[in-house]
Parts: sequence; structure tokens; C-alpha cells
Amino acid sequence: MIFKMFPAAELEDLFALLAVNRIIGPISKGLNKDGHELFDFDHVTDFSHLKIAYTQTIHSAKKFCLPHHEETSTFTFTGDDWQKEVDFGAHQPLVLFGLHPCDINSLNKLDKVLMDSIYPNPFYGAKRQNMLIIGHSCTPQPACFCQSMGTDTVLAGCDLFLTLLGDDYFAEVHSSRAYHLLEQLDCWEPGAKDHARFRASIEKRSDSFTNTVDTSDLTKILDMEFASQVWQQWGERCLSCGTCAQVCPTCYCYGIEEKVDMDLSRAVKNKQLYSCNLIDFAEVAGGHNFRPESHTRLKYRYYHKHRGFVEAFEEALCTGCGRCGTSCLAGITVPEVIASVRGGSHDA
Amino acid sequence: MTHKLTTKSISSKKGYTAKEQDIAFFEYSHKAEITNIYPLTANEKLYQVQIIDPDDRAAFSFKPGQFVMLELPGIGEAPFSISSSPTRHGALELCIRAAGNMTNFLDRTSRGTKVGISGPFGTSFPVEDMEGDDILLLAGGLGIVPLRAPIMSVLENRSRYGRVDIIYGAKTPSDLLFKYQYEMWKQFDINLDIIVDKGDSEWTGPVGMITEIIKRRVAEASGDDFKHRTSAIVCGPPVMFNFVCEILNHTGLPMEKMFVSLERRMHCGRGKCCRCNIGSTYTCLKGPVFDYWSVLNLQEAI
Repeated sequence: MIFKMFPAAELEDLFALLAVNRIIGPISKGLNKDGHELFDFDHVTDFSHLKIAYTQTIHSAKKFCLPHHEETSTFTFTGDDWQKEVDFGAHQPLVLFGLHPCDINSLNKLDKVLMDSIYPNPFYGAKRQNMLIIGHSCTPQPACFCQSMGTDTVLAGCDLFLTLLGDDYFAEVHSSRAYHLLEQLDCWEPGAKDHARFRASIEKRSDSFTNTVDTSDLTKILDMEFASQVWQQWGERCLSCGTCAQVCPTCYCYGIEEKVDMDLSRAVKNKQLYSCNLIDFAEVAGGHNFRPESHTRLKYRYYHKHRGFVEAFEEALCTGCGRCGTSCLAGITVPEVIASVRGGSHDA
Repeated sequence: MTHKLTTKSISSKKGYTAKEQDIAFFEYSHKAEITNIYPLTANEKLYQVQIIDPDDRAAFSFKPGQFVMLELPGIGEAPFSISSSPTRHGALELCIRAAGNMTNFLDRTSRGTKVGISGPFGTSFPVEDMEGDDILLLAGGLGIVPLRAPIMSVLENRSRYGRVDIIYGAKTPSDLLFKYQYEMWKQFDINLDIIVDKGDSEWTGPVGMITEIIKRRVAEASGDDFKHRTSAIVCGPPVMFNFVCEILNHTGLPMEKMFVSLERRMHCGRGKCCRCNIGSTYTCLKGPVFDYWSVLNLQEAI
């Protein structure tokens, strides 16, 4: 891999080079009830709005390739016939500026199921391949358990990854596009001193994680504890509201709804991201529900993420970003749920 | 110098071929016409649905047990198992109960309605691997619907199979599907046993549980014949196939020779929407046809 260094002050120049495109980055969205600043990814037109030192955004950058709502196709009716028009919804390239490792890894995970498996999804893929991604190092927050999930560092999935070392950026160059961009900054080749600074920085970060999840043999333990009482206790707390899926950077399930225009000349086929915690997720025509109880749905969510996905792709469908726990109205967090399942039938 | 990115297009919209790995395949549906509607009972109708383009129709090939996604533009899209013979290609027969929004709309459509068909999707009953075996085809209620394609396959290749039994249980005589075909099945040297939970004034056949007939059929077999030379397909509600498979399991018939077809909600059929997942297995990709060993390993399948 090619590494470069450049003065941190030149981040603005990097932004300016890319500003001819639409740039998505972390910006401030006000304060929460405790007075902490809230961040989210949005369009950034002015570098001064970019909050590159953000803690964590409310949503991940998933929404820019997997929107919560999407019109997948339209039908036009003429007489007793119809025509279907499909729009993959990739109208312009996007620059994602300042993604943390967990959010880059979440897109890598989504790629596996949405692009690299049978029936690749063009709505996702068309947007995904029109992205330039600049990653940025982060400071572990109390809810973060990405280290346990192996998603605290980035091996692929971005063009450039930046680690702040004092007044300089240490840049990992992942693509030729990024290489050409850096040619226009005052870069230098990192030397032994820079390497030492980088190592010290990643060690310090690595030591600052406070939250962990024990994932060893988790697929087997989940099978063993399928009938555990623990699930029911979590199910009683779960409100089945689906907030966890809305903020999750790796959830991709959805529902399709078709709607006919008032004048019956046109119809649309809408896709809406769903949540397996919502009551009708597995309900079939005629009214039978395969998961009528809250705990069976909550359990399924853990099964899909920490067992099924591991079986299929040898990694969990969870980046350990902790957003689901932070947003959960009932205060349910992944580390607590998994610890209680591992512990058997107590401590929920 | 600024760095303007160019939009990459994911595929050309014209001239693509509808192959599984082709990116344009995802939202592609064949335009098809409902050419005939045949009422089977008060709630179920048989829809003959023909892919309109003759080349596409001929090229459409499926295996018994697979399903299609049927789309009614503006109303919805749902999975239906194909009830016709694979030799009919894209001239499909779908047996559909008016149960939900979309199927109730379908119930009110008439011949000539244009619909969308995509697929075929999912796994199939390995009827070719079963050649040489005695075949047990066991259906409870609507389970006869996914069973009809393998029945057709076995009928059309009758010389390749030993004894063939269809054992079919329904709630009442008026719930029985495909009545007009029973005589034909019998003439193709198939043992047809039909049993109902509750008879009516005209019913002269047996009344009771399907398991009774299956137990009798198993008991008739001499020695180890049954477990060594039988393949079974069991379609019905989970409580039914669970009981039936346990009876068959008891005979020593390998679980890899018993097949079931599972039903779940689906919004895509392509392993993306997650609505059909059982535990963490996609019914649309790893199913709907599973062998019984796989079913036993699926949490929350039964």
C-alpha cells in the first residue's frame, strides 16, 4: 500500500478539489436533551460546516446507496396493457467525506449480500459504484464495540483513509483516484518518524475501547440457547418499534408497496427499508404470523446478524457501531443481549 | 484543478439478457397474459398464465417445486409455486387461493389480464435423482399445489419410476383441488388415496387423518423394501409434514430422501428482502424445497 503525509490544514484543499461534485459529510444537527452535539451525514457545500472531528452520526452513510424509501419502478397503463420503467436511481456520483472505519466496513458487508451474491441488486450497486470514499480515523465512544467485531480498522472499501497525527494527516491510498488527488496537495513520503507516530496513535486508539462483545463460538451458542428464557426477557422489554434497524448501517431488509395514481393511468412500485422487529414482518396472506411474539422477532434479528450471516460470509452482519443500543427506546444493547445469551438463562 | 467524477452506468437497459447474474435481471419481469381461469373450489382458482413473447416463453425453463413472482402492476407482487409440468415451459399454471390483498384482486380479474412474471426461483424436487424409486407424494390441503409439478413430471416419465402413490388429505370434499385429474392419474398407474377430515352427504371415501393411510402404506411394504427404494415428497402445513416425516423417519427412510416445500412471506424472491428467512436461511434461495434433514436443522421451521 502507498502511504502519504500532508498538513492537516490542507484537508480544506482536498475538499475544494472535490467540491465540484456532491459531497456528503458529517455535519451538526443540533443538540440532544443532554446538551451533546448530534451529527448526521448530509450534503456539505461549505467546508466550515464539515464536522470532521465528529463522534458518531445518528445514521450511517448507508442511506446514500440504500435509501429508506425508493421508487424502484413505475407502470404506465394504456388500455388493458402496461409498460414498466425501471430507474436504478444513480443520477450523480457522490463523495463520502470522513467515514469512520465501522461505516466503511458496513458498506463492505452490504456488498457481499447485495452485490456479490446471486441476483445482485442494481438499485444498490448503481449508487455504490458511483462513490468516492474518504475515510477518517475516529475516537472510540462508550457504545462502540467495533474492535470485537473486527471492524475497527479498514482494509478495503475506500479510496483514501486519513489518520490525524497532531497537525498532519497520515494517508492510506487505496485507489489511483485518491493518488491523483493527493498529487495536488503538499504531500511527503512518511519516514520512520511518521511510522512511529502512526503506530503510537493506533495503539493509543486500540487501548481506548471500553466496550466489548465475546463473539467466540457465538454461532453455536446461539443455536444452543435458541429456547433460552433470556430471549423472552428481552422480548418483554423490546417495543418492536424497529428503530434499531433504521439506524443500523448493515440492515437491508425491506417491503414493497405498489400504489396506483388517482387517475388510474400510472402506478409506482416503492421499496421501503423495513425491520424484522415490526409485528407483520413474517405475516403471510390469510393472517398467519410466523413470528407473532416480540421475543421471536428480536431473537431472529440476532440470529440473522450473528449466526446466519457468519455462516454465509464468515463475518457478522454487525459493525459494532453501537447505534442500535444508543437509539433503542428500551435501552437494549447488543453487548448486553449477547452477554446474557452466553451466560445462559440469567441476567437479562 | 478540480476532480470531477463521471457517472458510471451499471448496465445498458436495452438488449440485456435475463440471466441470474445479469444486474438488469433483478427488476425484470416477463410480460404475461392470464389466458384462462378455472375455478377449482370456492376459494381457489387455477390461472393459466402465458409469457407473451414466444421466444421467452419457450426459453423459460423450470424444475418442479420452483416458484415464480407474479406481479400485478400497481397492486403487488407475491411468490407462487408452479403447478404445471416443466415441459410446458412458460405456459404456466398457478393455483391461487384468494387470501390477501393481491390474491383477492386477482380473484376478480378476468381472462386477458396482463401480469408480470419473474423467475423461476428457488430449489426443486430432485425428480431425476428419484428415478428407479417408488415415489410417495403426500399432500395436505393446499400442499397439493406445489406437489402438482412433480406429479406431472412423474406421470410424463412413468416408466422411470416404480410404484407411485399419491396420498392427499383435505378438510372436506369441497376443498379438494384438481378433482378433474384424479381419473387420469389413476389411469397412469398411480395409487391415489384421498381422505377428508369431515365428509358430506355425497362422500363415500375415507374420513380421518392422512397419517392413517400413510401408516398403512408403510406397513404394506415388505421387509426393508420401503426404506431402500422410496423417495417421498411431503407438502402441507408444518404440523402435517412434521407428523408425516416422523412416520417415514421411523421406517428408516433416509431424511435426505424426504422433501418438503415451505411457505413464507416474500417481497423479492431474490435473497434480498429477508422476509422469508427461517432462522437465518433464505427460503427463496435455499428453499422452498428442503430435505427433511435440512428442515430439522432450521430453527423455527416447524
